[in-house]
Amino acid sequence: MQKIILIIAFLVVPLFLLLLFTYLPAFNMIRYSFYRWDGTSPEMTWFGWKNYEILFRNPQYLTVMANALYYLAASFLQLFLALVIAFILSFKFRGSNFFKGVFFFPYLLNGVAVALMFLFFFEPKGTLNTILRFLGADSAITLWLIKPKVNNILLASISIWRYIGFNIVIFIASIQSISPEIYEAAEVDGANRSQILWRIVFPNIKMIVALNLILAVKGAISVFEVPFLITGGDWGTSTFVIKALNITFGANPQYGLGSAFAVVLLVMILVISGLQKLLIREE
Amino acid sequence: MTERTAQLAKFKNRFATIIKYSTLISMTIIVILPMIPIFFGSFKTNYEFYASSVWALPKSFFNFENYRIAFTQGNMLLGFGNTLLIMAVSITINVLIGSMTAYVLQRFRFRGRKVITILFLFAALLPTITLNIAIFSLMSWIGRNLGIQIINTRLAAIILFSGTDIITVYIFMQFLRHIPLAIDESAIIDGASYFRIFFSIIMPLLVPAITTVIILKFVAIYNDFYIPMLYMPRSDLAVISTALDNFRGPFGSQWEVICAGQMITIVPILVIFLSLQKYIYKGLLIGSVKE
Repeated sequence: MQKIILIIAFLVVPLFLLLLFTYLPAFNMIRYSFYRWDGTSPEMTWFGWKNYEILFRNPQYLTVMANALYYLAASFLQLFLALVIAFILSFKFRGSNFFKGVFFFPYLLNGVAVALMFLFFFEPKGTLNTILRFLGADSAITLWLIKPKVNNILLASISIWRYIGFNIVIFIASIQSISPEIYEAAEVDGANRSQILWRIVFPNIKMIVALNLILAVKGAISVFEVPFLITGGDWGTSTFVIKALNITFGANPQYGLGSAFAVVLLVMILVISGLQKLLIREE
Repeated sequence: MTERTAQLAKFKNRFATIIKYSTLISMTIIVILPMIPIFFGSFKTNYEFYASSVWALPKSFFNFENYRIAFTQGNMLLGFGNTLLIMAVSITINVLIGSMTAYVLQRFRFRGRKVITILFLFAALLPTITLNIAIFSLMSWIGRNLGIQIINTRLAAIILFSGTDIITVYIFMQFLRHIPLAIDESAIIDGASYFRIFFSIIMPLLVPAITTVIILKFVAIYNDFYIPMLYMPRSDLAVISTALDNFRGPFGSQWEVICAGQMITIVPILVIFLSLQKYIYKGLLIGSVKE
């Protein structure tokens, strides 16, 4: 009896919060996506699949989805670089912890500070242009953030700068968990570093790399903070989440369409998570 | 012959070392480069900032005027206050209900246990960033119809940061697994209630796990921008990140103050990182396993 009271007493608050602030909103979001609604008026007009039609028919919205590809490409590069650096750092040497710390530190930084730092970096008279002038590459000096395409590449690079340390730390830990005997055996057999990397290390941490890849894909489709703070989504740098927020909370609030955006993102994330589960099961 | 191979090996080794260090050093430069002008700039006067190169050292590293302005006019002090308050309350609640959930799920077998575990697991898959649309309208509905103001109060952030997430529950469950059941059982024989067992025996043993959760939550709350931006736009509710974001308008022509503001957010996290490095890595690794 005491047990039952304890179970109920201990679970009531967390479950209440979970149901009220996660599941109810999730359910509502799906419901709103079939309505036309401004978020405050008591009147909600049934809209059927129209919101989804608008979303998928309007080229303006589709380009926003395409912007995720920049971040996706960046995250592939990020994982590759992280793997190489983690491999180097996984052999303990003087300074290896220092480098690990330096590479990891940006991950802990406040997103607003990161955004302002890079806003200044790409300013007309900012850090980057000063370096270019110093190198004598005056012709390359430009207004980086308003240059279409280039600005997306730059924004995606910022996310490499910010997040690579996370992957490095995770990869180092998993490389170090490989039993040292395997390395010794390989060295006795005369394997060189790159052979060790691709034939021994990589197959052993394949799983972790795959999981990080999945995280990276999820990250790429839900990018928000850095582009929102640096360009506000202007000059063709909007992302899925920025657009969803603009539609929902903008001057002409459209909760229905915004929710449809959110539902599409939700479905994509769930599909990717499903793949992740399959992958883990297979292992 | 053997001497030549040895020489070749030595040469190859040296080459590998050069490649290794040049990779690491260029990466270090890339990481540090954007921070240097901000650091220098934060000590410059307004005239100095716009007249000198971004790479020029400030005339004095003891010019804290920009920091003073950032703290007072820039609301950074207020931001720290609000952030710390929100952190203290929501981390306490989070640790408490997270450990309670984990304790119940790990120690007892009861009907509905599986369903509840799945509910927590599945919730982790839902991208909160998009759920906010509906959470926002729910909170404003509660404000309009039940008279409980949540939007534009600290309560909004506290609620959203307090809720148990699967990572917290998972960290506690991992830890509980190593606390033998015999401890609970002998306490029961001594006549202790389950509540006593949890609060006076289990909780103290969970301290290392609690530390991990506190560190993870601390970093997450300190750096979060989205939730305070969306739910607490009122300027007297500014937290660190929104206070800094608000610099852009009023200090748009005083970038030296914006630089000081950035430094103010960076320094505490640097100190914490340097002193708790090991725990931060550990927390990150435990947290990432479940992702």
